[in-house]
Amino acid sequence: MSGGFKDAKKDGSDPAGTSMSNGHMGIREISAGVAGGKWSAYEITEMYIDKIKSMDDRIGAFLTICEESARAQAKAVDEKIRSGKQPGKLAGVPVAVKDNICTDGIRTTCASRMLENFVPPYNAAVIEKLINEDAVIVGKTNMDEFAMGSSTENSAFRITKNPRDVTRVPGGSSGGSAAAVAAGMVPVSLGSDTGGSIRQPDAFCGIVGLKPTYGLVSRYGLIAFGSSLDQIGPMSKTVEDCALMLEAIQGRDDRDSTSYRGEYQQDYAGRLSGDIKGLKIAVLKEYFTDGLENEIASSLNESIRRLEGLETSVDEVSLPAAGDGLSAYYIISSAEASSNLARYDSIRYGYRPKEYADVDELMEKSRSEAFGTEVKRRIMLGTYALSSGYYDAYYKRAQKYRKLLRSQLAGVFEKYDLILGPTSPVLPFKIGERSGDPLQMYLADIYTIIVNLAGLPAISVPCGFSRDGLPIGLQLIGPHYGEQVLLQAAYALEQDLKLGL
Amino acid sequence: MNYETVIGLEIHAELKTKSKIFCGCSTKFASEPNENTCPVCLGLPGTLPVLNEEAVRLAVKAGTALNCRVNYLNKFDRKNYFYPDLPKAYQVSQYDMPVCTDGAVEFECGGRHIKVRINRVHLEEDAGKLIHLEDEPYSLVDYNRAGIPLIEIVTEPDMRSPLEAVTFMRMLKSILEYGEISDCRMEQGSLRCDANISVRPVGQKEYGTKVELKNINSFRELQKALEREEKRQIELYRFGEEHKIVQETRRWDSGKGRTISMRSKEEAHDYRYFPEPDLMPVIIDETAVSAIKNSLPELPMEKYRRFTQEYGLSDDDADNLTGDRYLSEYFENTVREGAAPKTAANWVLGDVLRMLNESDISSREIPVEPARLCRLISMVEEGKISNTAGREVFREMFAGGGSPEEVVEKKGLTQISSEDALLDLVRKVIEENPKSVADYRGGKTKAIGYLVGQVMNESKGRANPAVVNELLVKELG
Ligand SMILES: [Zn+2]
Repeated sequence: MSGGFKDAKKDGSDPAGTSMSNGHMGIREISAGVAGGKWSAYEITEMYIDKIKSMDDRIGAFLTICEESARAQAKAVDEKIRSGKQPGKLAGVPVAVKDNICTDGIRTTCASRMLENFVPPYNAAVIEKLINEDAVIVGKTNMDEFAMGSSTENSAFRITKNPRDVTRVPGGSSGGSAAAVAAGMVPVSLGSDTGGSIRQPDAFCGIVGLKPTYGLVSRYGLIAFGSSLDQIGPMSKTVEDCALMLEAIQGRDDRDSTSYRGEYQQDYAGRLSGDIKGLKIAVLKEYFTDGLENEIASSLNESIRRLEGLETSVDEVSLPAAGDGLSAYYIISSAEASSNLARYDSIRYGYRPKEYADVDELMEKSRSEAFGTEVKRRIMLGTYALSSGYYDAYYKRAQKYRKLLRSQLAGVFEKYDLILGPTSPVLPFKIGERSGDPLQMYLADIYTIIVNLAGLPAISVPCGFSRDGLPIGLQLIGPHYGEQVLLQAAYALEQDLKLGL
Repeated sequence: MNYETVIGLEIHAELKTKSKIFCGCSTKFASEPNENTCPVCLGLPGTLPVLNEEAVRLAVKAGTALNCRVNYLNKFDRKNYFYPDLPKAYQVSQYDMPVCTDGAVEFECGGRHIKVRINRVHLEEDAGKLIHLEDEPYSLVDYNRAGIPLIEIVTEPDMRSPLEAVTFMRMLKSILEYGEISDCRMEQGSLRCDANISVRPVGQKEYGTKVELKNINSFRELQKALEREEKRQIELYRFGEEHKIVQETRRWDSGKGRTISMRSKEEAHDYRYFPEPDLMPVIIDETAVSAIKNSLPELPMEKYRRFTQEYGLSDDDADNLTGDRYLSEYFENTVREGAAPKTAANWVLGDVLRMLNESDISSREIPVEPARLCRLISMVEEGKISNTAGREVFREMFAGGGSPEEVVEKKGLTQISSEDALLDLVRKVIEENPKSVADYRGGKTKAIGYLVGQVMNESKGRANPAVVNELLVKELG
């Protein structure tokens, strides 16, 4: 398995180098060191900022490096420890944040010309939580504009390269956050996932990422794409770090009316063990079709054998609704996006055209000049789907489908603990290879979107490499608020496969 | 041929909450521009709405007062359109599941019993306000109003004349005021009204083509605008040109006194409504609804009936008093202090109302306590001061002059009823008005009125007119 990794390094596509990969420090190691005085948060921050500065020219993961604010945060953490106060669980841990998550006083662009100079006057709820746990925000990462895309090529500012092979895309839309972790420029990052935007780049970059149950993590401060689908989630090298990040960012938030009102599991990481004996896993028949690349299918089959070896049962089941997910997803997400992105009219903030005759032209010009092609395409699609005369045929039908999908999935979870499948049907593709073909691009999300439509949690974990050394991701889908069992299974698989990431 | 007018109304009323519908900003009127704003009501990226439950409570209260059914499950939708005063480019409103439906308001108008059915009451947020500067090439925006909670009340087309529409609006306004649901200040825009009007030949079943009138800022304007549009449509019918009435929105220009076409149906907006994904459906508790029902005060129609029966007031007096919750309460408090209802009504609808109008003070802030007005009324009734002096005293009290006793004392207004004190004045007037005296003696007994008036003047209103009359008769006899 690790052979693939070596191949990748041989052709020069592992910028981190083995030393950095082997030198990976997880959350526990960093925070324990900071809390115990082995090193200061400031030193850790400096080290990672140096890494970013020396490596990111090649990768292009970051849109903003928050040097000053990161140093200030780190100093505050060190001061807190010096004064004898109990440090947070993420003491001194550098975190990279996708650039659609608002950071107080730090430019938050959504990788769009529209918000190129937008500086939010508030922190997203997740940023407040990270800072409360004494994490340090070191930078804002590149993404597809307004999170619309699967390759990060739709960024208005730069191309992000896959650290495993710099000729390939890192996936998207959270491509910057995935590449930053994969390259070792940060131990962990935050992404957002509307139809697979955390999981697919994780699979492409060979890291772990979790899309939480809708409502588990506050959306306050996440710049909306598809409000009923969006969730913020952690991206990391290991399942344990993913669990620790989830503990830090989840929780009820009265500013988000869709925030979960029930009990929150508090100790995901502490409960992780390699023991998943008796777990019942369903494999969706509909996921193993012609569109799935052979190498991915065989890697998955190997993982299934491993899981069976851990005394779990794996059955093939059918989810007839799965096939219609893609069109329903594009209707709902685009409809919501057309409304969510309507506020960018250049009246209060954002891009302003140089010349305009009147207010109508001001609004029109700002939108036609500052939005990229893909964003415009989705706005048009969504506007059309909501138009009178088409609403019933599109939006309403998509909502009906969503109910059907939920009930079919609920049926599966009556009998099974988890659903297993590929994260992506394809291996990381070449930069530019699919950018002219939106439909091909949309197909990259085919296995991830039903999770968002149903509001379920799902995790993507590396399960192997292609012959060319490209990472392959496996997706586990859980029932609502089933994050613990997801993490548990992903951890067991990670321990069993020992891919040496 | 005779024509029948058909009118339906859409009313927007600002709810009387302390904070906005989806954020914590103040709803205070007349703040500095953009003072009452925050990232949420400015629609900054990443912000989310949180529903103000007080707004839901007031909407339920309004629906209950309008005899509506409360929908225990209702939801919010987005109404999408671009306008610089709309920060998110969508208004959060309620489309197909409003908070209340199917109500009715009944009242008398022109001797006819009218029942106006209420189609729905729904919640929504207000937009900001554009300020156009005449001498500048740009406009300014004030978002203080953006996010203020509104209810939209939609009636069925049940009114048959502009007068009925205005009477309905007066009734609705007093209901909303009674329930402390809205301030209903039309001049400040906290109560706004759009009207749909059509005409049809009497006897025709189908409605004629309706026209929507916007930008109406007072009851008087509503009546004028409707009358004008009614006339326009009937005129077109008379000449067989009714096809020229097209479904459109017309803006009322109060300056020019006419309506101007804004947009036709073909240009009508497609608002692309869809369920607001950032808010959960609203679930209203049944016990909360009954608590709201119980919290409703006596409503204008009931109070009107009670005032005519219990106090024997005329229909007009009862109507005028109950049209204004605070005025009716002021009246009733004065009666409770011991004033005779009829006299109290005369005072409240006379001098009290006049002073309120003159000084532009609202009826909920009448500066004279009911107990003091009551004592003033007794002083007049008991003849301690004259009626004229009484009104002067009230004026003084209204302006902050203190108790009636103090004012009377200070101004020396005590009525002079002693014959000894008045006799000199009476004789002086007789001496100075030989013509009137001659008229009286010649049989024109009415001339005595003039002489009484002269004595009153001489006494600066303090003389007791009955005593003066008696003295004059005696002296002239
Ligand atoms: Zn606000």
